[in-house]
Amino acid sequence: MTKELTCICCPMGCALTAELEDGKVTNVTGNTCPRGKGYAETELTAPVRSVTTTVITQQGIPVPVKTKTPVPKDKIFDVVRAIKALPVSLPVKMGDVLLVDVCGSGSDIVAARTVENS
Amino acid sequence: MENFDIIIIGGGPAGMAAAVSAKKAGAENIVILERDKVLGGILNQCIHGGFGLHTFGEELTGPEYAERYADMVRDMDIPYELETMVLDVAPKPDGCKAVTVISPTRGVCELSAKAVVLAMGCRERPRGALGIAGFRPKGVYTAGTAQKLVNLEGVHIGREVVILGSGDIGLIMARRMTLEGAHVAAVAELMPYSSGLKRNIVQCLDDYGIPLLLSHTVIDIKGKDKLEGVVIAQVDENRVPIKETAKLYPCDTLLLSCGLIPENELTSAAGIRIDRRTNGAMVNESLETSIEGVFSCGNVLHVHDLVDFVSEESARAGENAAKYALGAKREKCESFDIETGNGVRYTVPVSISPGNADELTHIRFRVGDVYKNVSVVVKSGETELVRRKSRILVPSEMVDLLIKKDKLQGISENIKVYLEEA
Ligand SMILES: Cc1cc2nc3c(=O)[nH]c(=O)nc-3n(C[C@H](O)[C@H](O)[C@H](O)COP(=O)(O)OP(=O)(O)OC[C@H]3O[C@@H](n4cnc5c(N)ncnc54)[C@H](O)[C@@H]3O)c2cc1C
Ligand code: SF4
Repeated sequence: MTKELTCICCPMGCALTAELEDGKVTNVTGNTCPRGKGYAETELTAPVRSVTTTVITQQGIPVPVKTKTPVPKDKIFDVVRAIKALPVSLPVKMGDVLLVDVCGSGSDIVAARTVENS
Repeated sequence: MENFDIIIIGGGPAGMAAAVSAKKAGAENIVILERDKVLGGILNQCIHGGFGLHTFGEELTGPEYAERYADMVRDMDIPYELETMVLDVAPKPDGCKAVTVISPTRGVCELSAKAVVLAMGCRERPRGALGIAGFRPKGVYTAGTAQKLVNLEGVHIGREVVILGSGDIGLIMARRMTLEGAHVAAVAELMPYSSGLKRNIVQCLDDYGIPLLLSHTVIDIKGKDKLEGVVIAQVDENRVPIKETAKLYPCDTLLLSCGLIPENELTSAAGIRIDRRTNGAMVNESLETSIEGVFSCGNVLHVHDLVDFVSEESARAGENAAKYALGAKREKCESFDIETGNGVRYTVPVSISPGNADELTHIRFRVGDVYKNVSVVVKSGETELVRRKSRILVPSEMVDLLIKKDKLQGISENIKVYLEEA
């Protein structure tokens, strides 16, 4: 079976064609770089996404955060709920780990910007 | 009057990259002028990922990308002045440029610079320009304004959302609003193709089951004080709405994502020639405008979808500004215009002078439609400078071509860029 998909690893958005046999990816074409192959393999077996959102700090100022590594696609909403429930107080530095192993995904939530307490 | 080697107008990624490379190229007396309270420009509100793969080899969010550059600016001791708005740029008889600014510390004041880098970015097309029937009730925002409210101010703006225009900001905001707990009923796009990146359609719409209605537009806005709904209709091949297809979408929020325009009031007022196709300055291979010593880069030059391209372009502008400020003269040699042919909407630069070209000259452009299996051809007379095959070219993705310096030597006719069937 062949599957057409768009690589989302970078803004090039290469159009990939993947060959599937018994649920396994056997061949990928259309990728400009090796990441595209890896993307097709995970996307067709266990899709993952990076999540970005904001935490409203106790000072009322939002701080952008991200998952350090991608999380399973079906956990996105759980991850966002966990982030929104975090108590965070300023100041925050870019790279600060705000939550470890979010929703058992193995990924951490880190601050994506330095925000001082002004 | 205070004198500078280089004044950089705008402290977004373009201005910061220009400053860093100008300093590396030996310019000492530089300043970045930024009207906002922080460096970083539009990136501060772009909290999604996808920035920096080319520049830093990893996928960063907008604020992270901005902070990395701001850290470089600070580590290199490059001065910057915040809450400083540039009001006017004008060439002076001595070849320097007068830059008039207003700021809380300086008041209104005139500065002077040998070279100026224009890096003012772009702004969204205001919705007044969009000519939709109905009142303008509360709940109608441009997508970028909504992005700013949600991401920088933590404001909740609505629960039931329709988005008009499938530019990247609209797509990003569709996902953002969904993650903030809203329901996005549809994204309507007037054209038969999206003006956003494919990856954004996949990860912002498809992932959340948000329908993309191509060849559709909003024909009516319901509600007087508060938005109550919008009417969406399909359009025919002449982009005229087909009445029978009109459908009401009840909603409390309408986001308009209808493109960006370079912010070039300063540029035009300075008398710099503007390219009507990009609304940006016309520049030569060195990214220099029609006024000697004034350079332009980033979104104010032409709208970019990739910040990495902005940084790369701006680094070149900064380096060339440094050369100019340090007294390097342009070679007096012929310059060739770049003409566009089949499919190519515009090019940056608009001319190349082979004697002044770097080892690699970039030609960047966008196509006017979707093209499959074509070759991009660059020719001067009968000499072919570049031929590159593409499986697909779309208007939303800027094309970047490179021409080696030695290829340009000996050309004697204008340069033509066009698409050919492969
Ligand atoms: C909403 C949005 C989403 C995007 N998403 C992505 C993405 O996912 N991936 C990606 O790679 N790229 C993305 N981009 C593109 C990229 O972020 C931009 O191309 C880039 O930020 C442009 O940089 P710039 O410095 O030219 O402009 P800007 O970031 O707009 O900076 C211009 C600066 O100039 C200042 N300024 C303007 N006029 C004056 C004046 N008169 N005096 C003083 N200062 C002035 C402004 O305040 C601003 O800080 C996105 C862009 C937007 C708008
Ligand atoms: S295959 Fe490589 S170049 Fe193409 S979109 Fe994926 S990561 Fe980008």
